[in-house]
Amino acid sequence: MRKAELVVIGGGPAGMAAAVKARELGIRDIILLERDSHLGGILQQCIHDGFGLHRFGKQLSGCSYAQIFIDEVRKGGIQVECNTMVLDITEEKVIRAANDEKGLMEIQAEVVILAMGCRERTRPQVRILGTRPAGVLTAGAVQRYINMEGWKPGTRAVILGSGDIGLIMARRMTLEGISVEGVYEVMENLGGLRRNKAQCLDDYQIPLHLSTTVVRVHGKRRLEGVTVAKVGADRKPISGTERYIPCDLLVLSVGLIPENELSRKAGIILDAVTKGPVVDDRMMTSIPGIFAAGNVGAVFDLVDYVSQTGEQAAMGAYQYLKEGQKEEAEQEVTAGKNVSFVFPQKFSPGREEKADFYLRVKKTMKNATVRVWCGEKMIYQKKTAFATPPEMVALQVPLAEAQEGPITIDVE
Amino acid sequence: MQKKYICINCPLSCDLTLTDENGVLSVAGNNCKRGEDYAVNEYRNPLRMLTTTVQLEHADTRLLPVISSDMIPKKLLRECLDILYGVSVQAPVQSGEIIYKNILNTGIDILSAKTVKE
Repeated sequence: MRKAELVVIGGGPAGMAAAVKARELGIRDIILLERDSHLGGILQQCIHDGFGLHRFGKQLSGCSYAQIFIDEVRKGGIQVECNTMVLDITEEKVIRAANDEKGLMEIQAEVVILAMGCRERTRPQVRILGTRPAGVLTAGAVQRYINMEGWKPGTRAVILGSGDIGLIMARRMTLEGISVEGVYEVMENLGGLRRNKAQCLDDYQIPLHLSTTVVRVHGKRRLEGVTVAKVGADRKPISGTERYIPCDLLVLSVGLIPENELSRKAGIILDAVTKGPVVDDRMMTSIPGIFAAGNVGAVFDLVDYVSQTGEQAAMGAYQYLKEGQKEEAEQEVTAGKNVSFVFPQKFSPGREEKADFYLRVKKTMKNATVRVWCGEKMIYQKKTAFATPPEMVALQVPLAEAQEGPITIDVE
Repeated sequence: MQKKYICINCPLSCDLTLTDENGVLSVAGNNCKRGEDYAVNEYRNPLRMLTTTVQLEHADTRLLPVISSDMIPKKLLRECLDILYGVSVQAPVQSGEIIYKNILNTGIDILSAKTVKE
């Protein structure tokens, strides 16, 4: 069986950052497995700009951001296997993967970094009634068709969901000559960032309809139209508010789910809220020596943070290779007041001087304060002028005073 | 005359109101100078980055993502796109390489956002 010090599963921003950092730290024998034909992950289809402001101090396009890491992977001489599907991982860190050239591969890894990213929620997950014609697509699929394959998937589109990908695609489709009738959002608030609404909808006079959803899909072979309706506080359609819109493309931008079939098969413990592996402050999962990085752990909104978690996982992997698994006390990190989740969910007191935590708030707050508590003691606080659910909050918390007891993070 | 904008400079996303009284501009709703500048620029000459794709030949992908070297007047975006629809590039191409020079005499170049081998 082929042996490797480190196997990274997934060649998107998390996996590439992990592999590059691991090489930089001195891990020599690294294999990066990617199921697509090229490295880059979802960034390959993100031709718009706005990436890398935190990391590089300038706004790059998604492709340019990916290119920086692709170049580093090549420069580091890291073994990359594209077109390679990982079939399973065992608790003993044996990875079974397959590709056209080499057939079935079995690799015994000393450490594994999971970087499979996330995927989009689809129509059955939002339960839209009606027929099942062609022309109902997820926003990411439309993005790939237009930006990579050069296909025009429709002429008149309705977008369901006002998350950032939906907003970005409203602009992109308009520029590519697809008329966008409007964006419909079941919630009473915008799902994505307000600055994306300004640049993607307002710039092109695309209307946003809040508290409104698609209740029916029409058309036999090809989508002919959708019915939208206002919803009440219970998010149920209000009878009498239905409106028929002729269209041949329904774009779904209704959320992302971390892709964890492999993690589940390996027996890794997942978090019910983030839908990703429960990890500690070195990004290690419940199986010693298996780490997680990026969107496979929790859905991030900034790629800069995704790359950062990749590097954290690489540092964790390096420590693990050097020291092996040590018996260390673990404490929980939990979401307190107004916080929907905190990632990572665990830490080992007394091990690191500081730790990075990422969290999402439950509601929009102005002049809020993030407070980190270790038991009864406040160990860190940070003021923020603005906190909103679509925008993840990142914190670097000094752990010197977190010697024992669980950590809770509040925002108010 | 009044115009409303959402400031895009930071997560605060201030709701800006610009008032033009016989050529004298005033901005309300901003929390900082950047908001004021943004509203005035939006009113006088809004600028945008341009990102799109051009046709790619001799490569295993059909399209090359491109980005403008700086912001372009918003009113010229459509015309720029129409020009770029007619552009075809042959691999190999380097990330940052100029694909179209000085588009519409704006002084701005269109650059490749990706490295593609032959």
